[in-house]
Amino acid sequence: MSVKIKHYPGEEIETQDFREGKVLFESFKPKAKYAWSAGIAISRFLEELKNGRILASTCSKCKRIMVPPRIYCEKCFKPTDGWTYVKDTGTINTFSVSFIAADASRLKEPIVVAIINLDGASEGMGIVHWLNEYGDWREIKIGMRVKAVWKPPEERVGAITDIKYFKPIKE
Amino acid sequence: MFGKKRVAIVGAGVTLFRRNLKETGKELAYHAAKMALEQAGMELHDIQSVVVGSAPDAFDGVHMKGEYLADGAGAYHKPYMRVFVGGATGVFAPLAGWWHVASGKFDTCLVVCEEKMSSCYPHPQYAFTTIFDPILERPIGMNLIWIFALEMNRYMHKHNIKKEDIALVSVKNKRNALDNPIAQLAANITVEDVLNSEIMAWPVQRLDVSPTSDGAAAVVLVSEDVAKEVTDNPVWIDGVGWCIDSTHWTNRDLYYPDYVEYAARMAYKMAGIKNPPKEIDVAEPYDPFDYKELHHMEGLLLCKKGEAPKLTREGVTQRDGDLPVCPSGGLLGVGNPISAAGLMKVCEIFWQLRGEAGKRQVPGDPRTGVAQAWGDLMQYSSVIVLRR
Repeated sequence: MSVKIKHYPGEEIETQDFREGKVLFESFKPKAKYAWSAGIAISRFLEELKNGRILASTCSKCKRIMVPPRIYCEKCFKPTDGWTYVKDTGTINTFSVSFIAADASRLKEPIVVAIINLDGASEGMGIVHWLNEYGDWREIKIGMRVKAVWKPPEERVGAITDIKYFKPIKE
Repeated sequence: MFGKKRVAIVGAGVTLFRRNLKETGKELAYHAAKMALEQAGMELHDIQSVVVGSAPDAFDGVHMKGEYLADGAGAYHKPYMRVFVGGATGVFAPLAGWWHVASGKFDTCLVVCEEKMSSCYPHPQYAFTTIFDPILERPIGMNLIWIFALEMNRYMHKHNIKKEDIALVSVKNKRNALDNPIAQLAANITVEDVLNSEIMAWPVQRLDVSPTSDGAAAVVLVSEDVAKEVTDNPVWIDGVGWCIDSTHWTNRDLYYPDYVEYAARMAYKMAGIKNPPKEIDVAEPYDPFDYKELHHMEGLLLCKKGEAPKLTREGVTQRDGDLPVCPSGGLLGVGNPISAAGLMKVCEIFWQLRGEAGKRQVPGDPRTGVAQAWGDLMQYSSVIVLRR
């Protein structure tokens, strides 16, 4: 983008040129599958979700109560040295009302996702989850109080989705 | 002076930025690298080391992108490395190039950034789903736009910022891009156009967002000795900074990017800049979304927290304002081939400081400029301060 440059290389084509065979191409669809161990801290966290409880880890040096829990404090760089439960109620830190799915395809009904600061955890310690039973999405506000809606105990498998979603509450 | 040698940029090159380009990534890298060498009046045999920047391999579906791009980037039989720090790669790559020369190990380094996002179907956004934590976040179906929307909403809430003010950034940058010969989405649009565009993930709407793109960019870095031989108007890399925040992004207050501030302070300290708004003549902060330009102006200490919308509304950030921001047209107007977009910003500052920006030239004979990129999980920032 200099006045000394008169020509910029690049030959534009259209996405439909692939479908219509106007450009030569090869295609490939990966079939790899993965299974991740949940690790030391998050395995305990997931086990407790089965019991309907939200587990945090604590650092005796910086005094933080951290959720999601971890086995090391990233600030003090030492092992966390305690476990505690936090509440399943909290406050909306921020939220989004999404009309697009993960592949950018369009949704008829929006998904609402929020960062929820959980009661009992250190300030600003949020987790990301869905919000539901909110009525009109335009009425959702940062600072609203919410509570977890759990799956019935027999349906819990030890996953973040053992919490079905959070819903607004009046206190 | 930091390092053993002062480092200058002496040439820059870019390809067109487009949604789809027929050229392969290697071919794009070649075109940008060749143009940068020609502009520097140098040949490949003058180049002692090569750095390539490219963002997630999943876009190209080529899982050795550094090696894949090597020949096109001019790395044949040379010391070579690829760097990757997410969206911050495009400004990080010339920082890595700076180490090569400032350390005294090399007198010259060719830095090339390439991105080809069009290869991923049905939409490259799907490749981004794999950046999230596999246990706690992917089961929620996280997508990239969501995290921007969460951050934008928090920023708006904290400072009581209106969407109208944020939309002004999109209007400005797309208009600036009308004077940019490589731009993909140059347009004259209005605030109403932005506010009436499709809601993607509230508060993010269609015209708040930069496009996906193919493209490449390159710069030639040389030591002071070589700079004196090849040019009368080198542009010096006087400040470099970079920083990462915690990957526990749901534990951070997203209203302010303090990791950007840390990277900026590091670069300003090195450049001897004490009052950034006064001492910086032109800025290219990373603007993949319109609110990000504002967020990054604040992180770069170009204004106080929450003040960037006001400066934008008052016209301070227009090309003829007191502090021109994204005179190139930014990612919103020029396009967003991720790493190439970041390096394009460095190229723009280079050309602005040399007075070669033509219709985009900011007035007032600018001497000092800053470019910045941002990436990973809203946590990484790379900052470069250039001076002539």
